Amino acid sequence: MTDFPAMATGRDGRFLNRTEMLGAVALALMIFVLLPLALDPFRLNLFGKYLTYAFVAVGLVLCWGAGGILSLGQGVFFGLGGYALAMFLKLEASTPEATKIQSTPGIPDFMDWNQITALPGWWQPFHSLSFTIVAVVAVPVIFAFIIGTAMFRRRVGGVYFSIITQAVAAILTILIIGQQGYTGGVNGITDLRTLKGWDIRTDEAKTILYFVNGALLFACLALAQFVRRSKLGRILIAMRDREDRVRFSGYDVASFKIFVFCLGAGFAAIGGAMFTLQVGFMSPSFVGIVPSIEMVIFCAVGGRNSILGAVWGTLLVNWAKTSFSESFPELWQFGMGALFIAVVLVFPDGLAGLWKQHVEPWIGRLKPRRPAPQPAE
Amino acid sequence: MFADYSWGELLSIFAMQGFAGLILFSVFVLMALGLAIIFGQMGVINMAHGEFMILGAYVTYLVSRLFESYAPALFGIYFFIAMALAFVVAGALGMLVEWALIRRLYKRPLDTLLATWGLSLILQQLFRTVFGAREVGVTIPQWMMGSLPLTDTIEVPINGLFVMALAMGISAAIYVLMFRSRWGLQVRAVVANRTMADAVGINTERTDRLTFGIGCGVAGVAGAAFTMIGSTGPTSGQLYIVDTFLVVVFGGAGSLIGTIASAFSISQAQSILEFFLSGSMAKVLTLLAVVGILMVRPQGLFALKLRK
Repeated sequence: MTDFPAMATGRDGRFLNRTEMLGAVALALMIFVLLPLALDPFRLNLFGKYLTYAFVAVGLVLCWGAGGILSLGQGVFFGLGGYALAMFLKLEASTPEATKIQSTPGIPDFMDWNQITALPGWWQPFHSLSFTIVAVVAVPVIFAFIIGTAMFRRRVGGVYFSIITQAVAAILTILIIGQQGYTGGVNGITDLRTLKGWDIRTDEAKTILYFVNGALLFACLALAQFVRRSKLGRILIAMRDREDRVRFSGYDVASFKIFVFCLGAGFAAIGGAMFTLQVGFMSPSFVGIVPSIEMVIFCAVGGRNSILGAVWGTLLVNWAKTSFSESFPELWQFGMGALFIAVVLVFPDGLAGLWKQHVEPWIGRLKPRRPAPQPAE
Repeated sequence: MFADYSWGELLSIFAMQGFAGLILFSVFVLMALGLAIIFGQMGVINMAHGEFMILGAYVTYLVSRLFESYAPALFGIYFFIAMALAFVVAGALGMLVEWALIRRLYKRPLDTLLATWGLSLILQQLFRTVFGAREVGVTIPQWMMGSLPLTDTIEVPINGLFVMALAMGISAAIYVLMFRSRWGLQVRAVVANRTMADAVGINTERTDRLTFGIGCGVAGVAGAAFTMIGSTGPTSGQLYIVDTFLVVVFGGAGSLIGTIASAFSISQAQSILEFFLSGSMAKVLTLLAVVGILMVRPQGLFALKLRK
C-alpha cells in the first residue's frame, strides 16, 4: 500500500501546512476567479456540473483512499440526494394552474401519464423545503448507515463490499426505471423550473448556483481535511493497512467504517442535490453502476489519497470527456479505457502523486533555505 | 394472487416458469462458471468477463456467416465449430490479458476491478467499431428450432434444451478439470498457498495464466451459447456482469457446487416471481433477497473453510 501523505496526519499541529495551503488557494482561484472569468455562462454551468461529481470523489478519497473500502455504489447516494431535491422542485413546478391540461391537475406530469390520480403519500412531505433540505442529506446517510451496519458488523469487506454496493446500485436503477408512475422512470424527473419562486433556468441563477456549489464544495473539503487530520483519520489509515491489529488494539473497527461510509454518502448526496439544481433534472442514468464506477475513476485519476487531487481529477477527466467525446466519440471510449488501466498500473497515486514527485520538489527549491530542523532526540 | 387460476393452470404455470427458470439457470451457470474459476479461485475481479462472453458471441456470428456463404451444406453443425473457436479465441485473449495486466495486480484485488473495467470499455468500443452498434443475431440451424410438446399446455423449446445440455456438459468438464486432473490439483494448491506451491515446484505463473485463460475461454463458450437464445450487441456484456458476480458470491466464492446451487435458486426465484409481478420487480426482489442473505451469510451458501 502507498503511504498516506505524512502531512495528512497533522503532526505539525496546523490545519493546513504550507503546501496544502498553496494547493487550496490554487484550487479556490481556479474555481472562484479563473473559471468564471474565462467561461461563458453555458460552459461555466458545465463546470458547475463537473464540480458536483467532485463531492462524490472527495467522499471516495475518505472511504477508499483513507479507509480502504471501495464503494461502487456512490451513484446511489448521489441519486438519492438529487431525487430528493428534484421531488421538491417538481412539486413546485406542478401547480394546479401549470398542469391544468392534465386529467388530474396538481400532480407531476409523469404521474398523470401513468394513470396515477393522487400524489403518493411518500411524496407529500416534499412540499416543504426545510424537510427536503434535511432529506437530501438524511435519506442517503440513513441508507448508507443501514448498508454499512449490515455489512461491516458482519465483517464483510474488501471485494465483497464492492460487489454488494454494485448490486445495490443495480437494484435502485431497476426500481426507479420500473416504477415509472412514482419516479418518472427512465426519463427521470425533468422540467424543473423554480426554487421557492426563483427561476433556476436563467443564466444569472446558474452563475449564482455555481458559486453556491463551489462554496459548499470547499465546506466539504474543509470537513474532509478535518476528518483526515483528526485521530479518526489516523485510525482509518491504520485500519486500511492492518485491520486486525487495530481491532486487537481494542478499536471498534466497524463503527469507524460505518462513519466514514456515511460521510462519503452525505457528500455524494449534496453533490447530487446541487446537480439537480444546476442541470435542471435528475434521472436513473446517474444512479447505476456505470456512473458509479466513473466517479471512482475521477477519484483515482486525481489521486485516491488526496482530497484536493480528487477535485482536480474530476474537473480534468470530465473536461477531457466533454471536449473529446464531442469530436471523437470512438477515440474517447478507447482513451477512457486506457486511462483506467494506466491509472492502476502506472500512476496509482494519480495526479496528486505526480504533483508530489515532480512539482513539490521544484517548489521546495524556490523556498528560502532554512537550517534543517534537528531531530528531537 | 393464486385465486384466479385453477389447479391445472397453476401447475402448468409453475412447470412452464420452472422450465424458463431452468434455461435462465443454464445461462447463469455458463456465465458464472468462468467467473467462479477466475474470481473464486484466483481472487481476481474480472469486470471484463461480460465482454469475453460477447467476444464468443461475435466469433459464433462470424462462423455462422462464413458457413452460410461458403459451406451451406454443413450449416447444421457450424455451431460446434463456432463453440470451439470461441473457447480458443476468448481463452487466448484471456491469457494475453493475464500476461499484460492481471499478473501485476495479484496483490491489489480492488485495482484489478478498475483495470479490467477499463479493458471492458476498450473491448466494447472495439466491438462497436468492428461490428457496428446494432445488435446482430445468428441463424439457428433447422434442427434446433421448434419445440417439443409435453402435454397440451406445456411445451419445451429445443434451443433451451440445447443450452441446458451445454451447461451440464461444461460443468462436468470443469469438474473433471478441477478435481480429477493434475492441473486442477495445481490450481487448488496455488490458491490454497501460493508460496508453498511455488516451493514444491509448481510453476505458479503458468498455472495462473492457464487458469485465467480457461476462465475466459468458458466465458467465450457461454457467449456462443447465448447466440442461440438472443441477439448480441457491443454492450450486452455489461447487462450480465452484476448478476454473474452475485451468483458467484452468493454461492460462496471458491465453491463450484455453490455456484451451481446459487445459479439455480436465483434463476428459479426470478422466473417464478416474474409471472406474478412485473419483470423488473421480480428482479429487484430477487437481488434484494440475495443481498439480504449475503449480509447474514457473508461467505455465501457454500463457503470453503479457509484459514487466512
